[in-house]
Amino acid sequence: MSVRRVMGTEVEYGISVQGQPTANPMVASSQVVNAYATATVRARRARWDFEEESPLRDARGFDMSRQIADPTQLTDEDLGLANVILTNGARLYVDHAHPEYSTPEVVTPLDIVRWDKAGEQVMLDAARRAQQLPGSPQIVLYKNNTDNKGASYGAHENYLMRRSTPFADIVRHLTPFFVSRQVFCGAGRVGRGQDGRGEGFQISQRADFFEVEVGLETTLKRPIINTRDEPHADPEKYRRLHVIIGDANLSEIATYLKVGTTSLVLAMIEDRFISRDLTVDGPVGALRAISHDPGLREVITLADGRRLTGIQLQLEYLDLAKKYVEDRYGADADAQTVDVLARWEDVLGRLEADPMSLADQLDWVAKLKLIEQYRSRDGLAWNDAKLQLIDYQYSDIRPEKGLYHRLVGAGRIQRLLTDDEVDSAMTNPPAETRAYFRGRCLEKYAPDIAAASWDSVIFDLPGRESLQRVPTIDPLRGSKAHVGALIDKCATADELVRALTR
Amino acid sequence: MAQEQKQPRKSDEADEATEVAPESDVAERKETLDDDVDAILDEIDDVLETNAEDFVKSFIQKGGQ
Repeated sequence: MSVRRVMGTEVEYGISVQGQPTANPMVASSQVVNAYATATVRARRARWDFEEESPLRDARGFDMSRQIADPTQLTDEDLGLANVILTNGARLYVDHAHPEYSTPEVVTPLDIVRWDKAGEQVMLDAARRAQQLPGSPQIVLYKNNTDNKGASYGAHENYLMRRSTPFADIVRHLTPFFVSRQVFCGAGRVGRGQDGRGEGFQISQRADFFEVEVGLETTLKRPIINTRDEPHADPEKYRRLHVIIGDANLSEIATYLKVGTTSLVLAMIEDRFISRDLTVDGPVGALRAISHDPGLREVITLADGRRLTGIQLQLEYLDLAKKYVEDRYGADADAQTVDVLARWEDVLGRLEADPMSLADQLDWVAKLKLIEQYRSRDGLAWNDAKLQLIDYQYSDIRPEKGLYHRLVGAGRIQRLLTDDEVDSAMTNPPAETRAYFRGRCLEKYAPDIAAASWDSVIFDLPGRESLQRVPTIDPLRGSKAHVGALIDKCATADELVRALTR
Repeated sequence: MAQEQKQPRKSDEADEATEVAPESDVAERKETLDDDVDAILDEIDDVLETNAEDFVKSFIQKGGQ
């Protein structure tokens, strides 16, 4: 494979109720999700179907007991929190104390960017609608990962992988990549340590919250490689690699590179192409050391004794990936794979030569540049509240207030997509996966859909006693090519279900 | 902006131009850069939350995944 594979992201947004710092964030999150659902979801609201969820399934081959699991790990219990499926195939819901948006399944890095950015617009729209209710305070959402007071919340990535790939190979070859990819996809953070009390700037929002190398947990003792094994697909054929180490990116290029390079590395692991041992000595410490040096000169030690910077470790993967793509595809490599390789190389070269030249491409550099400008103009010390404010407000998703958005508006950050491309992805599903079937069904037959999830759509048809469950276990079936014409043709859900079950 | 400073000057003509007025050229560029920085900071000053200290204190989140 190339950069193409079935994948998606899920982002928990920071939430604050203006003027009410003690407001219950679960209630506020529900207000946001419900406001969007009420305004946009027609007729009956389909429930999320939890039947296929198994968050305690471990990729290493065992189940954690529900009794010993921390309650925050039980993500399959329907707590009555707001939870809706959108016509673009995405899921909008409340997870823990944050509103969360999971993209529909897509197959290219650029489509990840498109439906991930559409998620920001959905959240923006949702927060604005929540505010229109009489007496409602303003709720503001942040696409970041920490309050800098000890709490962190995630921006996860999901990659469908072959089940036949040994999990030990994934751990071995992916850990050094995850320790170092932050040099281009970190979102930047003012403060060090989980509570942010240490002074200075670091590359990643999340690095200080990772404590172990491999594990099932996502809310405590966070691991570099997460072992949650819920494929939402045929478990004999696939695993879903659940990646929890990434930062929430605003920059389209950072998201594109994060997902594109990771997908390529996974392809090399699946094809057993990585012959070098890049194992890092003490990866948890190395992750933090790299994050804590925005000068990018910090050297980490590999198990074989070599000493490399984060950039040099990334260059090892880039070199392998270029050889891999050349070996497997030659001149026939698809355009996005070629583009990801070219951008990856360009970005690593610039990071070596002049990191600040990437202020128009990468989040952490854009944020650092702004902070350095403020420091030099106003003579601010690192513990000045204004610098912390800039860090938070960079991720405010409102275009009029968010500093990322102000920089884009001033032409200082490059984009890959137009507003129209992003806006249309708020309501339209991607064409190449089962998300197309899910989204189109919700758009056209909403009154007759009782529930839906990643791997099913459940119809409640007039005149039928039992619910009709249409499984969508194969992520690549139910695409536009597969069911587009059929859905166009069927005026009612009943016609569709008849045609599908004939 | 670092990119702007690194504009390669390969042709003879450019070299001549540099030789003729190096100081004013550099000064001009420096001025443009300063204006540039000022412009974006002015814009951001206008949208930054007014009481940084209060804002930072009240930005409290519950942990998530």
